[in-house]
Amino acid sequence: MTASDSDFEVLVRSALRPVEPPEELAGRLEDALVNLTEMAADELESWELGAMRDPRNWVRPVAAVVVGATAGTALMVLRVRSRRRAQSTGLRRAVGRTARDAAEQARRAVSPR
Amino acid sequence: MEEAKPKAQLDREFSDLYRAHLRDVYSYSYYRIGNHHDAEDLTEQTFLQAYRHFERAQRESDGRPLRPWLIRIAHNLAANYYRDRSRKPTSALEDAGVVPAPHDTERVVEGRDDLKRILTGVDQLPDDRREALIMRFALAMDNREIARAMGRSDGATKVLIHRAIRQLEEIVAQDGGEPVAHEDRKG
Repeated sequence: MTASDSDFEVLVRSALRPVEPPEELAGRLEDALVNLTEMAADELESWELGAMRDPRNWVRPVAAVVVGATAGTALMVLRVRSRRRAQSTGLRRAVGRTARDAAEQARRAVSPR
Repeated sequence: MEEAKPKAQLDREFSDLYRAHLRDVYSYSYYRIGNHHDAEDLTEQTFLQAYRHFERAQRESDGRPLRPWLIRIAHNLAANYYRDRSRKPTSALEDAGVVPAPHDTERVVEGRDDLKRILTGVDQLPDDRREALIMRFALAMDNREIARAMGRSDGATKVLIHRAIRQLEEIVAQDGGEPVAHEDRKG
């Protein structure tokens, strides 16, 4: 690599700088991820009640218990950050939208195969 | 049989991944799509997809970094974006220069005309070359990571990047009528 090649690459690096995501996006995404975890747990809980009679499904409720016990803490850091953002910026519209997305994702994630 | 990780651990690891690479995915999306609005959507969808498949990706990654996997998801979603809407980047990245540079190693850029010519040139590159340069320069990925993200061999990726830089230099030189003059921007 020549000196002039290196100079040009420095210039390209300056042009293609990393782009900081808008704070609004981070808040929306964090809400979506927290909702995704919680809704997955809720759906597992509902599923558990209906499936307990079938011994073939007894493994799944054990997983649901684990999820239920931990979902509130696993993404706690994100939740705290996202609540702070929501309070300060009032992103109700965005949160509603991602909650719907999260519900759809959660349904797919927990649907029996 | 491989034992599944506890859900809490997976979520914690996914949170770490998200925090470490949100800016990477957003930068990639922005330079790929060309406007902030769609870049936000693409970033959001990328992480939701990644969450769904995180456990499997971890299992199959064999301990290797997951950033190439994330970028590959964004790449596939961007391809769908163009296919569905039959459109190409529209803003020619013209406002990228006013986005605050998060790296403290990057100084406030002077010679903005040079940079605009480079961004215009990047936009004219074939898709694979443009993507390789975005990963190399905006995301600071090394050749191996780029190779994994693009599904190519390390050698082919090295050649691709080399050719992309050469082609970009030619485009910029032709566009500006003279080679881009380098000003020392290192501190």
